[in-house]
Amino acid sequence: MRFSAAALVRGALTGNRDWPRQWRAAAPKPTYDAIIVGGGGHGLATAYYLAKEHGLTDIAVVEKGWIGGGNVGRNTTIVRSNYRLPQNAAFYELSMKLWEGLSRDLNYNVMFSQRGVLNLAHTPAQLDAYAARGNAMRFEGIDAELLDRDAVTAMVPHLDTSPSARFPIVGGLLQPRAGTARHDAVAWGYARGADRLGVDIVENAEVTGFLREGDRIVGVATSRGEIRAPKVGVAVAGSTSQVMALAGLDDLPIESHVLQAFVSEPLKPIIDTVVTLGAGHLYISQSDKGGLVFGGDIDGYNSYAQRGNLPIVRDVAALATAMFPNISRVRLLRQWGGIMDMSMDGSPIITKGPIDGLYLNAGWCYGGFKATPASGFCFAHTIARDTPHPQNAAFTLDRFRTGRVIDEAGTGPVPQLH
Amino acid sequence: MSGHRLAAGGSGIDRTTPVRFSFAGKSLTGYAGDTLASALLANGVEIVARSFKYHRPRGVVSAGPEEPNALVSLGVGARSEPNTRATMVPLHDGLVAGGQNAWPSLRHDLMAVNGLAGGLIGAGFYYKTFIGGPRGTWTRFFEPMIRRAAGMGEAPTEPDPDRYESAHHFCDVLVIGGGPAGLMAAKAAAEAGARVLIADERDGFGGALRHERAAIDGRPAPHFAAALAAELATRGVQILPRTTVYGQYDGAFGAVERVVDGSNDPGPLPRQRHWTIRPREVILAAGAIERPIVFASNDRPGVMLADAMRAYVNQYGVAPGRRVAIFTTHDGAYRTVRDLAAAGVTVAAIIDARPDVPHAAKAVAEAAGAELLAGATVAAVGGGKRVETIVTTDGRRIAADALGVSAGFMPTLHLTAQLGGKPEWDAALSAFRPGALPTHWHVAGAVDGTFGTGEALASGARAGAAALTALGLAVPDTTLPETDDDLLADRPAPLFHVPGKGKAFVDMQHDVTAKDIALARDEGFEAVEHLKRYTTLGMATDQGKTSNLNGLALMAAHLSRPIPDVGTTRYRPPYTPVAIGALAGETTGAHLRPVRRTPMHDWHIANGAEMVAAGAYLRPRAYLRPGESVTTAYVREATAVREAVGLVDVSTLGKIEVAGPDAAAFLDRIYVNAWGKLPVGKARYGVMLREDGFVFDDGTTWRLAEHRYLMTTTTQNAAKVLAHLDYLLATAWPELRVHVTSVSEAYATMAVAGPLARATLAAVVDGIDLAADAFPMMAIRTGRIGAADVRIARLSFSGENAYEVFCGAHHGLGVWETILAAGAPHGIQPYGTEALGALRIEKGHVAGGELDGRTTLHDLGLEKLAAAKPFVGSVLMNRPALCAPERLRLVGLRADGNAPIRTGAHLVGPSGRSEGHVTASTYSPVLGAQIALALLANGPARHGERLVAADPVRGGETPVIVTPYRHVDPEGSRLHG
Amino acid sequence: MLIPCPHCGPREVSEFTYIGDATKVRPAPDASADAWSDFVHARRNPRGRHAEHWQHTAGCRAIVRVTRDTVTHAVYGASLAGPWGEGEAR
Repeated sequence: MRFSAAALVRGALTGNRDWPRQWRAAAPKPTYDAIIVGGGGHGLATAYYLAKEHGLTDIAVVEKGWIGGGNVGRNTTIVRSNYRLPQNAAFYELSMKLWEGLSRDLNYNVMFSQRGVLNLAHTPAQLDAYAARGNAMRFEGIDAELLDRDAVTAMVPHLDTSPSARFPIVGGLLQPRAGTARHDAVAWGYARGADRLGVDIVENAEVTGFLREGDRIVGVATSRGEIRAPKVGVAVAGSTSQVMALAGLDDLPIESHVLQAFVSEPLKPIIDTVVTLGAGHLYISQSDKGGLVFGGDIDGYNSYAQRGNLPIVRDVAALATAMFPNISRVRLLRQWGGIMDMSMDGSPIITKGPIDGLYLNAGWCYGGFKATPASGFCFAHTIARDTPHPQNAAFTLDRFRTGRVIDEAGTGPVPQLH
Repeated sequence: MSGHRLAAGGSGIDRTTPVRFSFAGKSLTGYAGDTLASALLANGVEIVARSFKYHRPRGVVSAGPEEPNALVSLGVGARSEPNTRATMVPLHDGLVAGGQNAWPSLRHDLMAVNGLAGGLIGAGFYYKTFIGGPRGTWTRFFEPMIRRAAGMGEAPTEPDPDRYESAHHFCDVLVIGGGPAGLMAAKAAAEAGARVLIADERDGFGGALRHERAAIDGRPAPHFAAALAAELATRGVQILPRTTVYGQYDGAFGAVERVVDGSNDPGPLPRQRHWTIRPREVILAAGAIERPIVFASNDRPGVMLADAMRAYVNQYGVAPGRRVAIFTTHDGAYRTVRDLAAAGVTVAAIIDARPDVPHAAKAVAEAAGAELLAGATVAAVGGGKRVETIVTTDGRRIAADALGVSAGFMPTLHLTAQLGGKPEWDAALSAFRPGALPTHWHVAGAVDGTFGTGEALASGARAGAAALTALGLAVPDTTLPETDDDLLADRPAPLFHVPGKGKAFVDMQHDVTAKDIALARDEGFEAVEHLKRYTTLGMATDQGKTSNLNGLALMAAHLSRPIPDVGTTRYRPPYTPVAIGALAGETTGAHLRPVRRTPMHDWHIANGAEMVAAGAYLRPRAYLRPGESVTTAYVREATAVREAVGLVDVSTLGKIEVAGPDAAAFLDRIYVNAWGKLPVGKARYGVMLREDGFVFDDGTTWRLAEHRYLMTTTTQNAAKVLAHLDYLLATAWPELRVHVTSVSEAYATMAVAGPLARATLAAVVDGIDLAADAFPMMAIRTGRIGAADVRIARLSFSGENAYEVFCGAHHGLGVWETILAAGAPHGIQPYGTEALGALRIEKGHVAGGELDGRTTLHDLGLEKLAAAKPFVGSVLMNRPALCAPERLRLVGLRADGNAPIRTGAHLVGPSGRSEGHVTASTYSPVLGAQIALALLANGPARHGERLVAADPVRGGETPVIVTPYRHVDPEGSRLHG
Repeated sequence: MLIPCPHCGPREVSEFTYIGDATKVRPAPDASADAWSDFVHARRNPRGRHAEHWQHTAGCRAIVRVTRDTVTHAVYGASLAGPWGEGEAR
């Protein structure tokens, strides 16, 4: 059933009794043309674009639990392409362009809201660094504006822009086309879109091993039986090391770290854009439901716990109230954690191999949600054609060995610092 | 509903102390001891709030933290608080509260028109529409409408005037919940000598005992509880009322104490205090939450939880109505019948889903004169804005103005599950109980599924004993108080939903109806997390305390699966919402991070310095004279250095003492260059790499004695370099006899630079021959300036003859002022980071902009420094990709014209593409030109090339000529000045 | 999380700075670039028991080898890194 206002009216008139499943509860077939391991945003998007762009429709997405249960449903929903390094900027801008047409493409309102992302600068040198980044974006065809303090004050009421602030604000870098999206809708929209193109979405099927013929991967063993395919793509974010270890690869340039997120009680609109602090790690936006959504630093140690600890919670609260002294009495409603696949240079990996028949999509660090469309698009291209799309050509696994790392933060091979 | 104050009764209120307050603009009166909710009920206020989506009128449902409906906006102005549960607000004189999410008023809310569109705006409707239209239609048109309609209360718009503070507590036993079980557990533990903390989220101790009529040990239950709490205090138990233990983390609990919450004048006290509690044993005695039943119009004001009604009658002397009906599935609700009748409230009918009502319950119904409809259920409630009639499934209409509902109790197990503990289904309770407990955990009372005061007391004593045993303490004999329990809620008939016509609410605050659950099932959102996310069930401010289980049960019924197979969503902290200010504690505003100050900080401020952050430090950017801009000031300062003499505070540099017989060998492994031949009394510039071969940091290191070196680092990397050295010494080369110590704060450091630097110092330095040949470049000498011992190295960052002066931090200001006085005849000027930057750019010395973590020795023109020896990064720096000529590499730029070259501009050639960027720029007074440093692709091969420094984000393009990075005095002749 | 610093006793995690995987063996100075790259970049990233280096930054500054569970965050023990420790952390 096509979604539209008219469909809603029809539904209302018939007591909403005829809405079909948004995706079938598929049982796995013995063979497919391709298998995607991981029913998160990236896996579902990959399946969707394999079917839509490359005509590969005999595909299974194999998910351990329920789709969209990982980071696509645990993030702070920010979408942006304000990167300094050209490889990242070009990739995330491809994603941005896909975001801009996504609701229509999927016939699913993912509520992509281009309310802008503003990075605050606290010293003239930091503003110069943002200028360097903004100029880099402009040369990649990406929108970027440098704001002075007055413009920041006008754009974000209630922000403490006084010179007496501990980290006074001197300006900021704004990407107007950036914004937020409804995270769950992205997973469900891709699932529904892929399903309508014939993709089987197999939930509650945990991959327990890889099937091999000689040096090739030819399928996966799952808790719901063996499934064969000449091509197996892995897009499992925080579980990358475990799943790839099943294929004998237990030394990837990835560590799993917990990143917490927080939401306040719902409020009438008060913050209209996404604001990120430049002194300390904090980003704030307000959801359509009215909750202030906060994110901060990763807890900083290897973790698979999907929950964080108090020091980060309290630091995020301290940074938030310093930034917005009026929200101190607002209450935090809920906190949760996601497991980030932190790569050694802070940039992702989308590649064929390293074993024949196997394809890897990992290393998303903080960038996974906003990357979802481009990640799926490029991974699908890589799987279908056995060669990378221009926009993921730099995201190799080999770059760590050769030194062609893409180190946006310039902090070196220390995952917790990216 | 016709709530009213009873003529007598109310164990928790003081009728001699009236309290004036206002709600929605109306002045009202309550009593000391009331909550805002009880006072509103007493004043007959029916509509307290409007719901999230349909803006349905809503009244008070509960008497506790689980309240889904009665959310009000408390206070005004800077002290206002949105979304506050009226049931948890102690009434105080002058309290101001208002409705929210309604326009123009709570009684007449125009947004209630949403309710008519219910079929259109069911669960997830927004995913299915607002898709079309031109690009941006969603963001510009539909979304703003949804945002305005959503949200609940309004945040304050002014800074919070109140204070918050943080406390830590270590105890043997933490008891969470001060009801009968918690009090008994705390008593047992305290008697055995354990260090005990007991916290309760309410303003007093006793839990359910506070609204219990039965006697304990012959005393009224509330008196018994108060006496027990008082006894605990005398035994040294830390007693924290109004304190919510909101979360469990690894090894610590977070709790918030509302110290003087609600006051307009907290005086010296904080509004709230955050506690980090680290107990050895934990006893959770948090009670249970009553479960409502889903039926049509079950959200009408007047529909309440049955036991909450009992609390209002007994504790607050407030009747929820004049003709009350009860809808239940268990004996416990008959306590409400009995207490209502005892208070003189008519109980119109009891609708009991059980066909066979036990004799004891029947007897209560008879005594109350209430009609008992056994085997019946409520299909709907009649009435527009309040309960007027009750309609049973078999069509009976019963006139009533309030309905008490209870389908049993759900243990408040949240804290047991926050670390991932799995709750277990208890079919007898029709509820989840804590599953396998984390180590050091005990549960007592209703959390453990025991009901009745006697059982709760016994359960608390058992948990206390278990905790003591775990602590290795002897368990004292405990005599349990005498109680007289009957009518327990422990075996409710399982009933979750009564089908019928009309909106039947599962999650009242989020307006999730039974139909929404069915829709979620139809569309495949069967997994419990999908159900939650698609319908928003349980995501409101009450976190589904009264709704999650009913939602699960409905989904289980649709799927014909047992409830536990559907599972529960994960319990996330906080248990109830926590003020962000309380979490921040005192570390906010100006106290967010400590400010580091150099010993000369106050002098800088007093002398016109504009300060700028450098890490945690504040440093002078430039010293502004009246009428000067930063630019004119730094040009003046830099000119002084080139032409006369200047003085700069460089105390922020990292300083690390490296000592031990293997210190030189260690430095050889840390730095790319060689250290073996550096004589005592000499300094050397060094560069260190990261393990992956990229440049990490630079600075000079001084050989003070045979086995003793003083290393300096950049300001930014001081802590990182020290940690790097610590780590390598501990793990890579433990055999090296070296230790490293930070001495950054021990020394004040300043550089005297310029052609008249020597003359300036000569006037004040004792014990050092400053003559050029006696004190050559890179040499170190010790002497005195005034009262201070100083160590001076002849080093230059500016390219002029210069001396770095180190002295004990406490002498810093004195030495600084002494040098300034000595330089006065020479026109000495203090200079800040801008002039420092200008001078180093002229000289092509690298700093922050070039040391960006992505550059290599080769990129920075420093490859010749690397000695033929192993050092950190020596293997990986030689990978071809790190030495490729096309990399971004250091060059100088000179503007072709007078326009400044902006730092952050990109370099563009005929290709129109970015080929590099400007890392640092300045006006060079000595060259009379705008110059810069830049990283340019294949830079060194492009000297003389003309490019454009384009700066689209700020506007402007500057034509530039690529030059070597040493702009001034490339031969270094000025050093000898 | 409390980390039992061998010098200072059990201390709150916020006093420590995480360094990383303690199981990696530093190659010889003349080892190949690939061996060095493996040391710098490749991680087993286990789910469960993990040996890690932490520094007691806000305490004695010792580099501590901590054995910890990456799923439950249980800390099994800690010893000084290098030859001063007591071998495998308890």
